[in-house]
Amino acid sequence: MKITLGPVLYYWPAETLHRFYEEAATWPVDVVYLGETVCSKRRSFRFDDWMAVARRLADAGKEVVLSTLALLEAESELKTLRRICGNGEFLVEANDMAAVQLLSSAGQPFVAGPTANLYNPRALEVLARRGLKRWVPPVELDRETIAAVVAEQPEGLETELFAWGRMPLAFSARCYTARAYDLPKDDCQYRCLDHPDGFTLRTQEGEAFLAVNGIQTQSALTCNLLPEVEAARGIGVGLLRVSPQAHHTGRIVEAFRRALEGDGAADLEKLMPVGGCSGYWHGKAGMA
Amino acid sequence: MQLVCPAGNLPSLKAAIDEGADVVYLGFKDQTNARNFAGLNFDDRRLAEGLDYVRGRGRQVYLALNTYPRPQGWKQWQQAVDRAAELEVDALIAADLGVLDYAARRYPQLKLHLSVQGSATSYEALRFYHEQFGITRAVLPRVLSMSQVEHLLAHSPVEIEVFGFGSLCIMVEGRCLLSSYAAGQSPNTHGCCSPAGEVRYEETARGLETRLGGVLVDRVGQGEKAGYPTICKGRYQAFDKTYYALEEPTSLNTLDLLPRLHAAGVAAIKIEGRQRSPAYVRQVTRVWRQAIDACLAAPEQFRPKAEWMQALGLVSEGQQTTLGAYHRTWQ
Repeated sequence: MKITLGPVLYYWPAETLHRFYEEAATWPVDVVYLGETVCSKRRSFRFDDWMAVARRLADAGKEVVLSTLALLEAESELKTLRRICGNGEFLVEANDMAAVQLLSSAGQPFVAGPTANLYNPRALEVLARRGLKRWVPPVELDRETIAAVVAEQPEGLETELFAWGRMPLAFSARCYTARAYDLPKDDCQYRCLDHPDGFTLRTQEGEAFLAVNGIQTQSALTCNLLPEVEAARGIGVGLLRVSPQAHHTGRIVEAFRRALEGDGAADLEKLMPVGGCSGYWHGKAGMA
Repeated sequence: MQLVCPAGNLPSLKAAIDEGADVVYLGFKDQTNARNFAGLNFDDRRLAEGLDYVRGRGRQVYLALNTYPRPQGWKQWQQAVDRAAELEVDALIAADLGVLDYAARRYPQLKLHLSVQGSATSYEALRFYHEQFGITRAVLPRVLSMSQVEHLLAHSPVEIEVFGFGSLCIMVEGRCLLSSYAAGQSPNTHGCCSPAGEVRYEETARGLETRLGGVLVDRVGQGEKAGYPTICKGRYQAFDKTYYALEEPTSLNTLDLLPRLHAAGVAAIKIEGRQRSPAYVRQVTRVWRQAIDACLAAPEQFRPKAEWMQALGLVSEGQQTTLGAYHRTWQ
C-alpha cells in the first residue's frame, strides 16, 4: 500500500507552501498531489510554481499528480485547466468531468478525485475505457460499498481512500469565508489566508460541526481511518490519502507509515483541529 | 422555450398540465430519484394514469432517475431504466455514469438528459456526456451567473435547461454531502436531503429547536418561523456570532431574467418542487405560463407583472425571492 499526500485544500501563502513541500519531500509519502482544487482566486502559486515544486518532488523520488478545480465556472478557469491537463510531464487528477473530457480526448491517463462521483463499477468502466488509472471513492461511501465496487472494478485500476483530514462535503458558487466577514466575494480580501485549516462552525449548543474553507464546506471533524488500515488493505484499497493540514502533517504521515508496517496504535486525536470521526467508513452518518 | 414543471404526485401532475406546463418531470416511488420522500412519486398505477393524462393533452413526461446507484442497488436502477424505456417517456434525466451508459447502450432511442445532479457547470463537461452517451440536454446547477450561462450556451453541444423558480440549492447539486454527514443519507445515494426520519422539532425553554440526525440546526424564538432543518439553512456560531453561516432561507425567482435566458437560447425553464403541494404547482405553473407566453410574444417589452411576483412570493420558501447566482457580476 502507498501513502499519498492530497492537494492542499486551504489558501496558504507561497512561503508556507514552499516550506510544506520542502518538508514533504523528506516524508515517507509515495505520491503527492499538487494544485488548487477549491478556488481560482487563490494565486499564491501559479502554474509554473506548481510545476517547479512538482519537478523537485519528482527528483526526490515522489510520484507527482497535478490536481484540478472541483467547480469550474469561468472560461479563465477552463484555460488554467487546459494548461494543467496538457502539462506533458505529470499525471492529472480530474475533480470534475471537464478535466476528464480534456484528458481523455487527449489520450492521457488520469486519476478521478473524490468529487468525480463514482459510486459503482459500471461508472468506473466508462472511465476506464477513457484512461482512468486510479480513483478516489466519494468520502461518503462505506467500507462495504467500496469493497463491493473494488471487487468488480476493471482490472488494474487503483483505489485510493481518503483516510485522513477534514472532509470536503460541499461546494458552492458563494464564498462562506467572505460571508462571515460581510465581504462580497469579488472583494474577499483573501480572508482564507487567515484560516489555514478553515474555520469551525459550531451549532448553537457548541458542537463542532462544519468547517468553512471559502466556497468549500468541510467536516469540522477530521476523518481518521488510521485504525482501519488493515481493513482497507483487505478490501483491495491500494493507496491511503492524507489530506494536508496546517500543522503536524508530517507526523500524521509517519503514523500511517508505521501502521502500514504493523504498528497502528498511534493516538492522533491531539493532532486534529477539533476532533475525529469515521462514521462514513462504518456505514453511519459521516460525523459519527 | 419549454416550461418544465414538477409532479410529485398525480394531483400535482394534473395541476401542472391544466395550467399549461409543456413537460412534467417525475420519479418512481423509490431511491432512484432525488426527491425520495414519503408520500411522493409514482407507483405503476398512478404513473399509467398520469401518462394518459399528459399524452391525451399532447404534452411530455420526463422521468428523473438521477441518483447514484451503489453496487447493492444496481439492479434496481437498471430495472428503473428498463421501465422508463418501456413506458416510452420523452426523456430520462440521469446523472450517474453507469446509469447513463446502460441507458445509452441498451436503449439507443431513449432520449437522455443530464440531471442537475451531474454537476456539469462547463461546456467541456457537457461535451463529455454528449460524446459518451449522446445526451441531448443538460440541466445546469444553480451556481452560474447569467453571463456564465450565456457563455456556456454559446459553446454547448447540447440544449440547456435552467432552474427558473423554487427552493434554492446553494451548493452545487450532486456535490453536497451535508445531509449524509449529519444523518447518513444524501441526495446522491438515497435521493433525499435531510431524511424525514432523522428530523426532530423540540419545544424547549430556549425556543423551538430543529434537529437533523441529532445535530441542532436552528433554534427559533417566539414569533419566528421554524423551517425544515436543512443543514445549509441552519444558524451556526463562529467569530462570536450566531448567523446563517451558509444561506438564509430564500427562494430562487428568475422572472426578471426571462428575456435574457430566452435570447441566450435556453431550451427550457425548470420549476423546482416535486416535494411541494399541488396548490404550489398550480400557482407557479400558471404564472410562468403567462410569463413565458408574454416573453415569447414580445421579448423587448417583457416586464414581470406585479401580480406575478406577488403570487410567486406567496408560495416562496422564506417568503422572499432572489435571483440566486444568476445576478452575480463576479466569478
